[in-house]
Amino acid sequence: MSSDLFQYVIRLGDNALINGQRLAEWCGHGPFLEEDLAMTNTALDLIGRARMLLTYAGELEGEGRSEDDLAYFRNEREFRNFHIMELPVGDFAFTTARQFLVDAYDYHYYRALRDSADATLAAIAAKTLKECEYHLRHSSEWMVRLGDGTEESHEKITRAVTGLMPFTPELFAADEVDRAMQEQGIGVDLDSIETSWNQEVDRVFSEAMLERPQISFTRGGGRQGLHSEHMGYLLAEMQSLQRAHPGLNW
Amino acid sequence: MPDKRLPLWEVFIRNKRGLDHKHAGSIHAADGEQALQYARDTYTRRNEGSSIWVVKSADIVASQPEDEDSFFEPAEDKIYRHPTFYDVPEDLKL
Amino acid sequence: MSNTAALSDTFQKRIDAEEKIEPRDWMPDAYRKTLVRQISQHAHSEIVGQLPEGNWITRAPTLRRKAILLAKVQDEGGHGLYLYSAAETLGVSREELIDQLHSGKAKYSSIFNYPTLTWADIGAIGWLVDAAAILNQIPLCRCSYGPYARAMVRICKEESFHMRQGYELLMTLCRGSDEQKAMAQDAVNRWWWPALMMFGPSDADSTHSAQSMQWKIKRFSNDDLRQKFVDQSVPQAEYLGITLPDPDLKWNEESGHYDFGEIDWEEFFQVIAGNGPCNHERMSARIKAHEDGAWVREAALAYADKQRQRAEKAAA
Repeated sequence: MSSDLFQYVIRLGDNALINGQRLAEWCGHGPFLEEDLAMTNTALDLIGRARMLLTYAGELEGEGRSEDDLAYFRNEREFRNFHIMELPVGDFAFTTARQFLVDAYDYHYYRALRDSADATLAAIAAKTLKECEYHLRHSSEWMVRLGDGTEESHEKITRAVTGLMPFTPELFAADEVDRAMQEQGIGVDLDSIETSWNQEVDRVFSEAMLERPQISFTRGGGRQGLHSEHMGYLLAEMQSLQRAHPGLNW
Repeated sequence: MPDKRLPLWEVFIRNKRGLDHKHAGSIHAADGEQALQYARDTYTRRNEGSSIWVVKSADIVASQPEDEDSFFEPAEDKIYRHPTFYDVPEDLKL
Repeated sequence: MSNTAALSDTFQKRIDAEEKIEPRDWMPDAYRKTLVRQISQHAHSEIVGQLPEGNWITRAPTLRRKAILLAKVQDEGGHGLYLYSAAETLGVSREELIDQLHSGKAKYSSIFNYPTLTWADIGAIGWLVDAAAILNQIPLCRCSYGPYARAMVRICKEESFHMRQGYELLMTLCRGSDEQKAMAQDAVNRWWWPALMMFGPSDADSTHSAQSMQWKIKRFSNDDLRQKFVDQSVPQAEYLGITLPDPDLKWNEESGHYDFGEIDWEEFFQVIAGNGPCNHERMSARIKAHEDGAWVREAALAYADKQRQRAEKAAA
C-alpha cells in the first residue's frame, strides 16, 4: 500500500465529510423552502462523495477499515480536512461564502483529478465534477445576489468573506504528500488550481461588487491533524452514538 | 421594493427525450435562473428529468371555466375528424 | 333556482360524478376554506415534521443512515412545498399561510410536538408515524380538488421509501444488542399512542367529517383508518419482537379486527392546545428560520429587480 496515496485520498474524503456535516445542519432551517431543499441536495452530494473516498481509503489501507470506521472511530488529530470545512455554519452569508470558496476549489481540483493516473480516483473525480459544477453555479449566483442585493446583504456577505479568506491559503499549501502524488501523476498541481481558483474568485467577486479583502493572517494545520476548537465539538456530536455503543450494526 | 414575496413559477419537466414537457408543480424563486435551479432541486430528485421549463405563473394566459362550453363543445359533434367515423372494408390495410 | 344554488348544484353533481374541481372553477366558500385549512395544515405538518427527525442528522450512526435521513427530511420539505403550492391555487399566498402557522392560528399534526430522544425514534417515526400518514394520505390521491390530489399522488409515490427505511432501521436494532433492542422498545413505547392520535378525534367527536365526506375531500372515517393502522401494525410489531404498549390490545375473532385500549384524549387536546412537550421549541425553530431568512429573500428580490431594470435600460 502506498501510504501517500492513502493520505491523499483520506484528505479528500475528510474535506467532503466535514463540509457535508456542516451543510447538513441547515436541513429544515433554510431561509426558505426551495433553498432548504437545494442546500440539502449539496449536502447529500458531499456525504456521497465522502463515502466513496473513505471506502477507497479503507481499501488502500488494507486493514479492513470501512467508511464508518474511518468517519466514526478516528480522533480529532487523525482528521485531515482543511479548517475552512469545520467552521460553524454561521448565517446564510457565511455558509454561502464558504460553499462558494470551496466549490470553486473543488471544481478546478476534481476537473484536474479526472486525469489522475489512479483509475479509481479518476472515476470518482469524473462523477464528482458534475456535482461540483452545479454547486459552483448555485453558490456563485448567491454570491452575486447577496453582494449586489440589498445594503444589508452586501454588508453580511462582505463580513463573511473577510472572515473566511484567511482560511483559503491552506487549500493550496502543498506538502510532501501532495508533491509525491503529483510526481506520480496521481495528484493534481495545486499551483495551477490556485491560479484557476483566483480567476474564478475574482470574476465572481467583481460581479458581486465585492472587494477582495487583504489577508493579514492565515489559518491552517488540518493536514497535520491540528484543527480549530470547533472540530472537537463537531466530532463529539457526529460520533457520539457510535462511540457510546461501539462495535454494533446500525 | 413593493412586494416582498418571491414570485411563483410553474415547472414543466420532460422525463426523457422524446416525451412532452409535463406540468410538475410550482416553486417560488426571485428570477428565472433561480427558478430553474429550484425546479431541478425540487422536482428531479429521483431521476425524473432530462429538460426543464419554468414560466412565471403570472405570465400564463388561461381559458376560463365559463368558456368551457363555447370553447370545447363545438368540437364534440365533429365526429368526422376521427378515423373511426369511416366505414372501410376491415381486411383492407388502410 | 338562484344563481348560487345552480352553481352549487353543478358543483356537487361534478363531485358526485368523481370529476375533479380545478382552481378556476366556481366552488362554495366553505369548500375553499376547508381545503385551505386542510392543505395548509398538512403542509405545516411536513415542514414542522422536518424538525424532530432533523434533530438526528448530525448524529446518525453511519454515513449511509445519514444520507438516508437527510434525503428523507428533505422529502418532507419537498412535500410541504408541493402542498403550499396546492393551497396557493386557492388564492392564498405561502407567506400568509406561514404567518398563520407562526401566529398559532393554523395547526399542524400534533405528533411532531414529541421529542426524538434516541436514534431508535427515527425508526419508530418511519415505521409508525409515516405508516399512519400514508393511510391518511392514500385516499387523498382521489380527493375532489385537482391540485391537492395531484400533489398527494407525488407525495405518496415518494413516501413509500420512508416507512420502509424506518422499519429496516428498527429491524437492525431488534437484531442487535440488548441495548439496541431496549432502545427500539422504548421508542415504540413513546410513539405508539401519539401515532394512534394522528387519525384525529373519534368519529363521534369529529367536527369536520360529514361535510368533507360529501365533498370527497375525505373518504374514510378517522376510526376506520385508525383500526386499519392497528390491524396492520400488530403483525409488524410481532415480527420485530416489539411489544406494543397497550394491555388491551387483542385479536377479536368476531369483528376480525384487533381491539385496542382507550386513547388518552386529554393528552391529545393538551398537545393541540400548544402544551405538548415540544410545541414551543418547534414553533421557535420555524419562526427563527423564517426571520433569519428575511434578508436573504429580500436580497434575492432586490437583485432580480436590479437585473430587470438593467435589462430594460439596455433594451431602451
